[in-house]
Amino acid sequence: MLTAFAGLLLRDFRVLRRELGPFALRIVMQPLLFLFVFTYVFPHMNQGASANPLASAGGVALGTVLLPGLMAVAIMFTGIAAVALPLSQEFGITREIDDRVMCPLPVEAVAFEKVCFSALQSILGALLVFPLAYYIPSVPVQAHVSNWFLLVAVLVLASLVAGALGLAIGSNVKPQQIGLIFSIVVIPITFLGCVYYPWGMLGHIRWLQIAVLLNPIVYMSEGLRASLTPGVPHMPSGYILLALLVSFAILGKLGLNGFMRRVIS
Amino acid sequence: MDERSGESHLIVDVAGLTKIYEGKQRVTAVDNIDLAVEKGELFGLLGPNGAGKTTTISICTTRARATSGTVLIAGVDVAKEPSRARLNIGVVPQYNTLDRSLTIFENLYYHCKYFGFSSKDATGRSNQLLEQFHLGERGKSYPQQLSGGLQQRVQIARAIAHRPAVLFLDEPSAGLDPQSRIAMWEAVRELRNEAITVVLTTHYMEEADELCGRVAIVDHGKVLALDSPTNLKRNLGAATVIALKLRELTGTAGLVASLEKDELVTSVEQTPEGVRIFAKAMDGLLPRLLETVQPYGLRDIAVSETSLETVFIRLTGRDLRE
Repeated sequence: MLTAFAGLLLRDFRVLRRELGPFALRIVMQPLLFLFVFTYVFPHMNQGASANPLASAGGVALGTVLLPGLMAVAIMFTGIAAVALPLSQEFGITREIDDRVMCPLPVEAVAFEKVCFSALQSILGALLVFPLAYYIPSVPVQAHVSNWFLLVAVLVLASLVAGALGLAIGSNVKPQQIGLIFSIVVIPITFLGCVYYPWGMLGHIRWLQIAVLLNPIVYMSEGLRASLTPGVPHMPSGYILLALLVSFAILGKLGLNGFMRRVIS
Repeated sequence: MDERSGESHLIVDVAGLTKIYEGKQRVTAVDNIDLAVEKGELFGLLGPNGAGKTTTISICTTRARATSGTVLIAGVDVAKEPSRARLNIGVVPQYNTLDRSLTIFENLYYHCKYFGFSSKDATGRSNQLLEQFHLGERGKSYPQQLSGGLQQRVQIARAIAHRPAVLFLDEPSAGLDPQSRIAMWEAVRELRNEAITVVLTTHYMEEADELCGRVAIVDHGKVLALDSPTNLKRNLGAATVIALKLRELTGTAGLVASLEKDELVTSVEQTPEGVRIFAKAMDGLLPRLLETVQPYGLRDIAVSETSLETVFIRLTGRDLRE
């Protein structure tokens, strides 16, 4: 049983090793440009002026707000790229996953392996973004880890949630509709995921502050904020961990149901 | 053949298998099928598309759930212990499922790893399979770089890599050119040397005739006949089937009666376009036949020599390809 699971992981590592370059580029490109434009170019254009609305958020440098947010985005995007896209292809067109489904493991374990491997990639992705978000902003970022346990817990849970999200999308969406899913799911949950602003600051728009609680990305961003930049206002960490667990359970269930439906008739 | 107690030598044991797809239209894909395949057999399921062959295979390989009935693979119930049953199952599905992100060698290697082989054993087995299936120099290629016939061979090699008790081949020659088909037959026959049991589905009667020791003829989810190709042909095939298409279809009942009087004719039945004659032989019959049907305006005549095709026509009143 365990050896079969290890075999599936080994296969995924082999494929990842072959695509390490594109993998790193895919993760790094978006935050790199984002940070460059908003925390390096903009401040230089308005030297000394306070005209840039993004220059600060609640008295905290934008770079400090963005560091955990962009890591959360990297985690989520990796989950989708690592699970949703390949799975949708494999189910819809190539049926490559068949051989893995036929290995001597419960079918659920094959789906869980996908989520685990995706989580590993997400953690890697978040670690790749960290140096970018730390060093590029022209105003120094104030990061400080006071609770390592919290950081590890948030990182692992957030990555599992991203993998489960990928599984839910990949096993329920036809390959032709993946593009649409990006526009109507992925982009909105990123922009409304408290990535570019802390959740507390949404207090001025109360309905939105409550509505975004349905968005798992909020807890990824806020969780990383709580563990990396505790100086920025953030949700209580107990709630964050609980919400991440609940998100994982819901998305995991949705994903697993879709997976089983695709595999067993 | 129905000794359900003799489990030890039965590799595939299907009893009362039924699969109903509920939906807008209720479809009974498999209707109370019993099959017993013994160790080392090359067993065929022959029938037209939609006969329930693939559904039967899907249930046997743990990929579909039966509505009722049981399937034991090497004594393990596929519904109760699917993971354990898969240890003894190798499958080549209708579509190409090779892992496009891996080379041919890696396709075999990682398949072995999924089944718990050590790295050394997996490497050894993969190299041996490359050799056995004449894929030696293709190990480093990717599946897309190979022809359809070669990819099919890799699929068979991969399916038996973990040394399963039974290999299921679902329409193995679909989409293959004639030459690749013969090469595939060759590969399947060689499997018998490894004492591996093979169950294949096909709608090519030549394939069933050529490869299989025993054939179950299936239609509408039911097994209509089950025997060796030779016995099926001897007992059910008549000798020759002559299909006549006629211009004038009124009064063909009288024609049937007069044709049946001929000593060379076994039986005659009406078809939507004319009549179908089951005959003992062709020699001498044809001139008399042409004379008898002349008033009805003969449009077309088709003669099939004894084959599983004629057996199928005999059993169902339809052509395999209809």
